[in-house]
Amino acid sequence: MNHQSSLWLDAWRRLLANKAALAGGIIIFILMFLAIFAPWIAPHSYSYQNLELGAQPPSADFFLGTDTLGRDLFSRILYGARVSLLVGFVATGVALVIGVSWGIVAGYFGGRVDSVMMRIVDVLYGLPFIIFIILLMVIFGRNIWLLFGAIGAVEWLTMARIVRGQVLTIKNQEYVLAAQAMGVSNIQMFRKHIFPNILGPIAVYATLTIPQVMLLEAFLSFLGLGIQPPMSSWGTLIRYGVESMEEYSWLLIYPGLTFTITLFALNFFGDGLRDALDPKISSD
Amino acid sequence: MLQVIIKRVLIAIPVILVVASLTFFLVRMAPGGPFDADKVVPPQVMKNLNAVYNLDAPLMVQYKDYMLNLLQGDFGPSFRYPGRSVTEMIFTGLPVTFELAFYAIIVAILIGSLAGVLAAVKRNTALDYIPMTIAMIGICMPTFLLGPLLVLIFGIQFEVLPVSGWGSLSGDKILPSITLGAAYAAYIARLSRGGMLETLSQDYIRTARAKGLPEYKVIINHALQGGLVPVVSFLGPAIAGLIGGSFVVETIFQIPGLGRFYVEAAFNRDYTMILGTTIFFSSLIIFFNLLSDIAVLLMNPRARSDA
Repeated sequence: MNHQSSLWLDAWRRLLANKAALAGGIIIFILMFLAIFAPWIAPHSYSYQNLELGAQPPSADFFLGTDTLGRDLFSRILYGARVSLLVGFVATGVALVIGVSWGIVAGYFGGRVDSVMMRIVDVLYGLPFIIFIILLMVIFGRNIWLLFGAIGAVEWLTMARIVRGQVLTIKNQEYVLAAQAMGVSNIQMFRKHIFPNILGPIAVYATLTIPQVMLLEAFLSFLGLGIQPPMSSWGTLIRYGVESMEEYSWLLIYPGLTFTITLFALNFFGDGLRDALDPKISSD
Repeated sequence: MLQVIIKRVLIAIPVILVVASLTFFLVRMAPGGPFDADKVVPPQVMKNLNAVYNLDAPLMVQYKDYMLNLLQGDFGPSFRYPGRSVTEMIFTGLPVTFELAFYAIIVAILIGSLAGVLAAVKRNTALDYIPMTIAMIGICMPTFLLGPLLVLIFGIQFEVLPVSGWGSLSGDKILPSITLGAAYAAYIARLSRGGMLETLSQDYIRTARAKGLPEYKVIINHALQGGLVPVVSFLGPAIAGLIGGSFVVETIFQIPGLGRFYVEAAFNRDYTMILGTTIFFSSLIIFFNLLSDIAVLLMNPRARSDA
């Protein structure tokens, strides 16, 4: 146990030393804070329409301006952060649960179980999932929880591959063979020996999955097939921004900027986490 | 070698059939019939409509008929546009989408591999850092943001390029192709940089240098073939991404391609059109993945053994 905690401590120090990752982490933290406390921070209502105010450029009162229906853009971006980040975390959670269990089972049992399970993953890899998500959204209605589930169900494949690879390596270590020889049960083996050792790669990959998931959600919302009004995600805001960008360019620029910075922050933080937890694997 | 290729092809066929069946039943599970959304029609008309579109037959019979027609390349009639078949619509949109994707891939490969190879050869100099930073931005900036921004800058601010259409104004193909290709250029730059760095550290490169070849010949004759393998294996999956990207790009630039038809069909709940295009896209993607697998096998003899 002692050795393990020092591993995490080492990783933490390396992470703090990496400026890009640290900046990314701080940005994510601030965004999460803003998203959670949006109802108290937002200066105006996100849904209150005042047509007389329609589309004002940024000013002292509405410092990112208002949209064509007179709604405060800053408040809408804050509330959009809630939806976008929620999708990011929930869908990644779904992907995590499926991918990790799939990978552990395939890697641990090996043999025919492994080859069948990984062949399924190979086949699924080759399929156009964007099309299937759109199909599901069309058939079962544009339900936000279905959206979470559908995106999560798509993103687990890489996770399964990574976890399986890790489990295969750990399985052949001498301490695991020793534990096996002493008759430790499968469940004990997962809990004590395998799971703690794959936590690092899981954490890294989960962080890198979040921006992909957010991108997918924004893509669907941009096409009008994702989050429906009056709720809005950053993808929805970008969609409306594009519609009116000729006259009111700030409606596109601010949501777009927020979204890009967030994706940057998440990617840098994920890369930093990978370098910190496993100095052997560099980015590429 | 041939055996491996045949094996891959034989795996692809049942996958396409499973995808087609799955999509068929998913679409049939959709609540309500395809004509429910319209104004109420008399029961007799409804019955005739269902008969015309073969919706009154038992589900398994419909399935059998659909799959048999599919094998002959017939995707059935469109629910939304009476008199037009899905096959006809697919082949109207396909050439446009192919052309767009082709230009985008050219943009991606040219810019991407040039930047990547340059970055690898001039490692840890400005020629490495600047392109790689731009590549990072390219990966983080989604297509649906890059496209409108390019329109805003080149179309509206400076008014140098047309902002919509396809083939009607001169230069209207430039912005869509760049928008669609940019993210792939960025990925290819990173992949080719990594591949080149690895290849340049191999023994045979040292041998080539030792026998006195000029550096550019070492790179062009010896390093490129190995260094670009990751790019080739990326191209197959990239096609899948390109199709998704074409949805966005065709919508932004109002290009009459298959991607926009698909998004429109999704909005209109044109079930046969959705069904047909989904199956068509899936087969296309599986086919391109197969092609890139085979290309990798041909380029990299070491991949053959574990295939």
